[in-house]
Amino acid sequence: MAKLKNIIAKGMVSATAVVAKVLPAPEEDPLLNAGQYIGKPYPRIDGRLKVMGKAVYSAEHALEGIVYATLVHSSIAKGKITLINCEKAEKLPGVLKVITYQNVPPLKAPSNAFVVSMTDPLAGSSTTLPIMQSNEITWNGQAVAVVVAETPELANYAASLIEVAYETKPAALLLKAEKSHAFTPDHVVSQPAEVKTGDAEAALSAAPIQVDEIYETPIENHNAMEPHATIAYWPNESQLTVYDSTQYAVGVQETLAEIFNLKPKQIRVLTDFVGGSFGSKVTMWQHVPLAAVAAKLTGRPVKLALSREGVNRMVGGRTMTEQRVALGVATDGKLTALIHTGYTMCTQDTYAEQFSLVARHMYASPNLHIAQKVVPLDRIQNTFMRAPGETPGMFALESAIDELAHKLKMDPIELRLRNEPDEDPVEKMPFSSRFLKETYTLGIDKFGWKAQQAPPGSVREGDWLIGSGMATSYYPVQQLPMPVKARITADGMVTVRTSSVEIGVGLATVQTQHIAERFGVHYEQARFDQGDTDLPSARTAGGSAATAAIGGAIRNAADKLTKELLLLAGRIKTSPLQGANPAEVVMRDSGLFLKAQPDVGQTYREILKASDKLFIEADGESPAPTLAMKFSMASYGTHFCEVGVHMHTRQVKIRRFVSTYDCGRIINPKTARSQIIGGIIMGIGMALMEESNVDEHTGRLMNPTLGEYHVPVHADIPPIEVYFLDQPDPLMPMGVKPVGEIGIVGAAAAIANAVFQATGTRVRNLPITVDKLL
Amino acid sequence: MISNMPLTPLPPSSITLTINGKAHTLDLAPWTTLLDALREYAHLTGTKKGCDHGQCGACTALIDGKRINTCLTLAIMHEGHQITTIEGLEDEPDKLHPMQQAFIDHDAFQCGYCTPGQICSAIGMLNEGHAKTEADIRELMSGNICRCGAYPHIVDAIHDVMHQTH
Amino acid sequence: MHPFTYICPSDVATAVGSFTEDLADQPLSTQFIAGGTNLLDLMKQNVARPTKLVDINRLPLASITELPNGGLRLGALVTNADTAYHPLIQERYPLLSQTILAGASAQLRNMATNGGNLFQRTRCYYFYDTSAACNKREPGSGCGAIKGYNRVCGILGTIDHDPKTTCIATNPSDMSVALAALEAVVCVTGPQGERTIPIADFHRLPGDSPQYDNTLQAGELVTAIDLPPQGFANHYTYLKLRDRTSYAFALVSVAVGVMMDNNQIQEVRIALGGVAHKPWRKREAEALLIGQSADQPTIYQSVAEALLEGAKGYGYNTFKIELAKRAVVRALGIVFQQNQ
Ligand SMILES: Cc1cc2nc3c(=O)[nH]c(=O)nc-3n(C[C@H](O)[C@H](O)[C@H](O)COP(=O)(O)OP(=O)(O)OC[C@H]3O[C@@H](n4cnc5c(N)ncnc54)[C@H](O)[C@@H]3O)c2cc1C
Ligand code: SF4
Ligand code: FES
Ligand code: FES
Repeated sequence: MAKLKNIIAKGMVSATAVVAKVLPAPEEDPLLNAGQYIGKPYPRIDGRLKVMGKAVYSAEHALEGIVYATLVHSSIAKGKITLINCEKAEKLPGVLKVITYQNVPPLKAPSNAFVVSMTDPLAGSSTTLPIMQSNEITWNGQAVAVVVAETPELANYAASLIEVAYETKPAALLLKAEKSHAFTPDHVVSQPAEVKTGDAEAALSAAPIQVDEIYETPIENHNAMEPHATIAYWPNESQLTVYDSTQYAVGVQETLAEIFNLKPKQIRVLTDFVGGSFGSKVTMWQHVPLAAVAAKLTGRPVKLALSREGVNRMVGGRTMTEQRVALGVATDGKLTALIHTGYTMCTQDTYAEQFSLVARHMYASPNLHIAQKVVPLDRIQNTFMRAPGETPGMFALESAIDELAHKLKMDPIELRLRNEPDEDPVEKMPFSSRFLKETYTLGIDKFGWKAQQAPPGSVREGDWLIGSGMATSYYPVQQLPMPVKARITADGMVTVRTSSVEIGVGLATVQTQHIAERFGVHYEQARFDQGDTDLPSARTAGGSAATAAIGGAIRNAADKLTKELLLLAGRIKTSPLQGANPAEVVMRDSGLFLKAQPDVGQTYREILKASDKLFIEADGESPAPTLAMKFSMASYGTHFCEVGVHMHTRQVKIRRFVSTYDCGRIINPKTARSQIIGGIIMGIGMALMEESNVDEHTGRLMNPTLGEYHVPVHADIPPIEVYFLDQPDPLMPMGVKPVGEIGIVGAAAAIANAVFQATGTRVRNLPITVDKLL
Repeated sequence: MISNMPLTPLPPSSITLTINGKAHTLDLAPWTTLLDALREYAHLTGTKKGCDHGQCGACTALIDGKRINTCLTLAIMHEGHQITTIEGLEDEPDKLHPMQQAFIDHDAFQCGYCTPGQICSAIGMLNEGHAKTEADIRELMSGNICRCGAYPHIVDAIHDVMHQTH
Repeated sequence: MHPFTYICPSDVATAVGSFTEDLADQPLSTQFIAGGTNLLDLMKQNVARPTKLVDINRLPLASITELPNGGLRLGALVTNADTAYHPLIQERYPLLSQTILAGASAQLRNMATNGGNLFQRTRCYYFYDTSAACNKREPGSGCGAIKGYNRVCGILGTIDHDPKTTCIATNPSDMSVALAALEAVVCVTGPQGERTIPIADFHRLPGDSPQYDNTLQAGELVTAIDLPPQGFANHYTYLKLRDRTSYAFALVSVAVGVMMDNNQIQEVRIALGGVAHKPWRKREAEALLIGQSADQPTIYQSVAEALLEGAKGYGYNTFKIELAKRAVVRALGIVFQQNQ
């Protein structure tokens, strides 16, 4: 759940209730039901640039004198470099520099890894590993040399001439084999790693009906379409400018400052467009400082655009998981025991992907045991990937619930309804809003879900076995601080600026709508600027939190500007707003107007003109993350899908997909729909094809390519219907709840459940490839 | 195994490519792919690099009206060809091709990185004239990966244009 | 990519004559380039490192013409797309058309040539990774796949007795599978003149020299592929099973062509892809169907068993044995329209 809440509550979970009592009651956003701009399907603001090929991504900045860097990767997982011969490469005319551990300048290792200490603003790095400072190898694919040359072709060629010899040490590569080294992490994204209520094991054995199974998910890689790229240059000794494909410009800035022993102010990180991230560009990976080093040593702007293979060797993916879900139930379908435990990998920086969080919020059970452990492996740091934790966790939990429904011969929706909690099962807090049941009802209608299903494997259409499945979806509200600067200018424009980065989710479009609505100006007079560390410092655009966080900050800035405008109006003798207080006015028609007398007011332009001001400006802060200490806050949804499985050859074809959502108020149904569909499609990939294949002996990723790491293509995708309840959450800015990541959560379970219904075969280890159905 | 003496790359020579109707004379060695020629030498970065191995379609452009992956061909092989990239779909500057407009109308992208390739591929597909149904579109567009998962909207956009023009 | 010189001759004699001696440690130092879709891919991975490229795209080999015997001649430089959509191919060799369209993507098919397709190299993950041992890429270095992640590798005709020659790779081409079923003939011009090679003799099993995919000599140029008159246009199918619906190589594929006379099977061709170092055919298996009536699905299983006889799995790819059998049964079912 909300990361920041956890920081405050860390180590004092029991004190939550006490703290909550003294918190002020949350104030409803007056825009909860506003609908002049909010709720309208505006086309993406940056759409024109994107369809014209004019959106400029990080690798695409043309700088005078730019040179190209290529990485050489280790081919062993653990050990030492015993020899590295760069002579042939260095001799080539046009090769400017080959950097290895032998000649790299000292660089400070980042002191914090983002995945570990998510609230430390300095922790923008993916890992705390030293950057090429010794001959030590800690993962297969680690950068062992950087080659800088005048052309990209030459850099690549020269890289292929570098000879490296290693002394190999035994490496821990497989989760299963290393489980004896498993340990309980200090926390799971700041939540306790273990939660117990009652005696779940005893309740399980006493239960007349039980499910007790192991579910596995493989390593997955994000494979965003834009490979990570960095252009670095040093305008002078003490200043570094970086164009980087990052979601978290400030994190990169702070981390580079630490690595190079500079002040953050000496570093500028710019990001205009990011070609997808899904978590892979939340934290900074080692190629970024290596690009900066290369620029420093050559005195030239250096472009380090990772190859697709390079991305998959240098950027970690989602951990594999092995999860046990055990459910005990009475014959009435009420859970008596819920156990969700298991393992994920970790490295020297322990990020326990939070798969066990979902089971803490979904179902009521008097006896709970929820716990997760980590297994240290000699692999690249695992990291966030779209809805980290919820995604693998929900696959296991919702598969198990389905198995239970089959055992009970009960409609799986009915089973879920019987176990729908009245309050958060673990935190014992009320829900701020939870319209999960309503998503079931809507889905039953839109999909045509039948409570009575034929026995698994019995429905045929020609040679195809047909089955339907459903699963629940969930994603928590995370409250992150995302400060903004808002400015009203004398021409009536309202501009909001932040360093947060658009990754393609429609943030800029949605916030422009919000600004127009909030300040009561025309859409064309609202502007949202982002992606530059010279702008106010913002947290990463991860966690589906940006819309609400920035939204809250804009609201805060608007309140401040209202006061400021009233102050100015108070000094204007003729102003009809003389003496009005903030509660008595609204922002509309490009000005402030009295609520009681709608005709009476003054435009921003008039107020600023009369006050002789070119603009007024205010800083906006996101609301303090205290709400989540009083309420359990999340988006909810339900996936329904129908699959066909060929009775002989067992290919799975998804025939249709319907998803229904309680994601709070929808600001832009067009972009929100796209987000959800994108998540579902990644869920289809997860269910049916995505898997990073690692050689068991060398730890080498064998499919670092888009040809062999299969992601869905057009032909895999059935018609997808998405419905939003569009119910505002009374406690959130504009009533919004997370949209960005929830689409993937539960999608794989819905598919696995449908495959079971079609075939009678339960696949508990993803992906569901033909071989598992033969 | 690597030969003992590294081969020295050939010096670049002057090559003229016709890109979007304009002659571009570039200094290129034979090993420069058409994609790199566009992006790194002609500074036309609308054509994207997603994989550099023919596995994603982001680099799709039109050669004499036919869609190809520019990452798997050498620039030197295209002297005398009409190369059309996303930057050159319309004669008039800043006027959108109907396919570009349809992509905006249908929200057929998120991050936009696959988009130039999708659009060029879609135009190439309509030139080919083999797509009749939505299922055909899906199959014949499968060489263009969109990790953001904009597929359904891309198909809608193409379907729209297909019906406008037929 | 390693550097190379480039020439672009416009006649076959110059092209063939422009081959230079291979370097001692580097076979194939001169190579033709056609569509470039496989060669450049491999060059970027530093798997192929030619020092000279002979661009054959200006050679007059880009047409499809009728042969006097009623067959068709496919020029080596006709693209896969132009071949698949050619009216004569669609009418007389729909199996070939369907097969080509099941491969790669529309863009790649616009580039890939018929000649180049015959030469595409294996997609074994270890072959592509120059840090791995691979007897095909570097003879004598070992085979990374045999104990590694070998899901894409072969189950028939594999060689695994000597670590220095072991290779369990497959030929990834779809088109070649259809050509095997059609019994196409490859026309070649080389330093020694012209010759024709039946497709069955064009690709080879790894034997003790897995580095060679085919039986061509250095400098030999494929000029055309001849299709015999019989195109099995009435009863045919290409069934391709893969990890996603499109734009993926076959785990297993089956090309079937059948000639019927009054519900009696006159001739059958069954070729498997994705299972061996070359398209896999077995006449004994096909013979089981000759003379039978079309509606006997019970025989399909025996045909499948016969085709897969001797198949061997290596762990991750063992499922291919069962999958291939099922694919054969289903493909025959489709051809005989028992079930769709
Ligand atoms: C992402 C991806 C997916 C693919 N998917 C599939 C698939 O699903 N199914 C499938 O079948 N294929 C697939 N392919 C492979 C594709 O079909 C081949 O790359 C293509 O057919 C090769 O033809 P080309 O003309 O481009 O050959 P080139 O790359 O130009 O040449 C390949 C080799 O053939 C030699 N050569 C070419 N022409 C001749 C000639 N006339 N005489 C002698 N030697 C010659 C060259 O010297 C070179 O060694 C895929 C390729 C990619 C990149
Ligand atoms: S199977 Fe063949 S191609 Fe693959 S690693 Fe072994 S020798 Fe190389
Ligand atoms: S960049 Fe050419 S296909 Fe991916
Ligand atoms: S829009 Fe992001 S990859 Fe397609």
